[in-house]
Amino acid sequence: MSEKQPAVTQATLVKKAAPKSDYKPADVSPQRRVQRTFAVRLWSIRHSRLLEWFYSRFADVFLLMHPLWKGIGYGRVEAPVKFVEKRVKGFMFDCRMCGQCVLSSTGMSCPMNCPKQLRNGPCGGVRANGNCEVEPDMPCVWVKAWEGSRNMKHGDKILTVQKPVDQSLRETSAWLRVTAQAAAAREAAQNPQNPGASA
Amino acid sequence: MSVRHQRDENPAGVHLPLDPLPGHSSRGRLERVLRRGEFAVTTELNPPDSADPEDVYNRAKIFDGWVDAINAVDASGANCHMSSVGICALLTRMGYAPIMQIACRDKNRIAIQGDVLGGAAMGVANMLCLTGDGVQAGDQPGAKPVFDLDSMSLLETIRIMRDNGKFLSGRKLTTPPQVFLGAAVNPFAPPYDFRPIHLGKKIAAGAQFVQTQYCFDVPMFRTFMQTARDLGHTEKVFILCGVGPLASAKTAKWIRSNVPGIHIPDAVIKRLEGAQDQKKEGKQLCIDIINEVKEIPGVAGVHVMAYRQEEYVAEIVDESGVLKGRQPWKREIRRDDQIVAERLDHILHDEITETQVDMVKTAH
Repeated sequence: MSEKQPAVTQATLVKKAAPKSDYKPADVSPQRRVQRTFAVRLWSIRHSRLLEWFYSRFADVFLLMHPLWKGIGYGRVEAPVKFVEKRVKGFMFDCRMCGQCVLSSTGMSCPMNCPKQLRNGPCGGVRANGNCEVEPDMPCVWVKAWEGSRNMKHGDKILTVQKPVDQSLRETSAWLRVTAQAAAAREAAQNPQNPGASA
Repeated sequence: MSVRHQRDENPAGVHLPLDPLPGHSSRGRLERVLRRGEFAVTTELNPPDSADPEDVYNRAKIFDGWVDAINAVDASGANCHMSSVGICALLTRMGYAPIMQIACRDKNRIAIQGDVLGGAAMGVANMLCLTGDGVQAGDQPGAKPVFDLDSMSLLETIRIMRDNGKFLSGRKLTTPPQVFLGAAVNPFAPPYDFRPIHLGKKIAAGAQFVQTQYCFDVPMFRTFMQTARDLGHTEKVFILCGVGPLASAKTAKWIRSNVPGIHIPDAVIKRLEGAQDQKKEGKQLCIDIINEVKEIPGVAGVHVMAYRQEEYVAEIVDESGVLKGRQPWKREIRRDDQIVAERLDHILHDEITETQVDMVKTAH
């Protein structure tokens, strides 16, 4: 660890060498340009317990409707469900539609809002004030996730190790996926003599 | 006791770079062969799914004395294998001339520029710039596709590093990498009339040699070469025609419908179907294609891709006679190493008890 930081960093040099222009966009990551504010997202984290309760009821309703989804065909309901899911979760959590939602394991703080998209905890660069290393004026997603998880009944789900994101599932409906998987698991539990059927 | 050295070999050690020559941008064997006007032969090493260096050496040994350079593929088809940097590190140690493939699918510009420096430091003299297959084609479709650069901007990046001694950001390099830059072209996929112009763009970006996709349609390749010659490309770039044996008519059909960018005409499949021994016919077809393309003006060599039929590369090269009696560099045991090995063998395996008295006797 060197105590003396160089007066001029490489990033500053590169920035200085960039061509001058009248149009200077804000110096933030592209994700922040899409979603400027995070007031609603922070509200959701503060009310993580309520949302956890609501989410589990909501998942049950979706599972009850499994025969309906299957009757119409998951492929056909995908577009309208995704339309609603994208807007609702986008408003509530600044959802990025990764297609494999882990909100209930991350204190209702969407980990895809982390500029490094970390899904298993904070990086080592969190600032002393709890803000992000990359976005100095944004609270760290994982600082908030930890706070949110402490309010939740099953908050310890934050301890499970998340698998790497399957990028091929981007822009698909996590609601439908979870419902279909839960239905398959339920069927497997009902017919234990035929375990291979739903695997 | 002087040790005889092969042509294009550093007398101080096979793993060391060759002396720089005027007009050459690398210190490697492949560039020397091509600039001398000899018909070059390159091939591809099937990357192992293992951490054992012997796997790489055994796979390289098959080509000994038959090829001028070996492509170290970078997760071709987006399937995970030993990295091209790793394979190159092993091959350069043994004196082989690898062509380090760099695909833009898995690494961003930071990683790529670092690998270029690392590769060049290990003695990699040739680098082939590719865009890379999409991740959906491979065994890990859930991976994040990077594609920060594309083949063209990658060529330019390495050219700038080599010729201007600078990173893409403009920061100076203390020692620039000395590499012979390659690219891939596919004359067998639309838009056909744009392909030769596209090659021109790659040359402008820095390509010094190109390897083509598998050629099974010689007339189509001839048309491409005609246009390339008319545009003056063949004077600025060495074109190596991609060839390879088809194992059977069934594989040919499978490749045609499943591997994007490979064009196999019906006549080829008919010829394979009509043969008694399809594997042998596939090899013969490859030899026939080599014999046809080597006569096309502007073709500087062939790139033999014999995936899972690597043992045929030597036969194909031999029977087509493209080397005209020339023998490419071959890994040989050095004379002094040989003496040490024999001596060790004698001590370890022969039942002898040497005393100082005996040693003095034999020494006199």
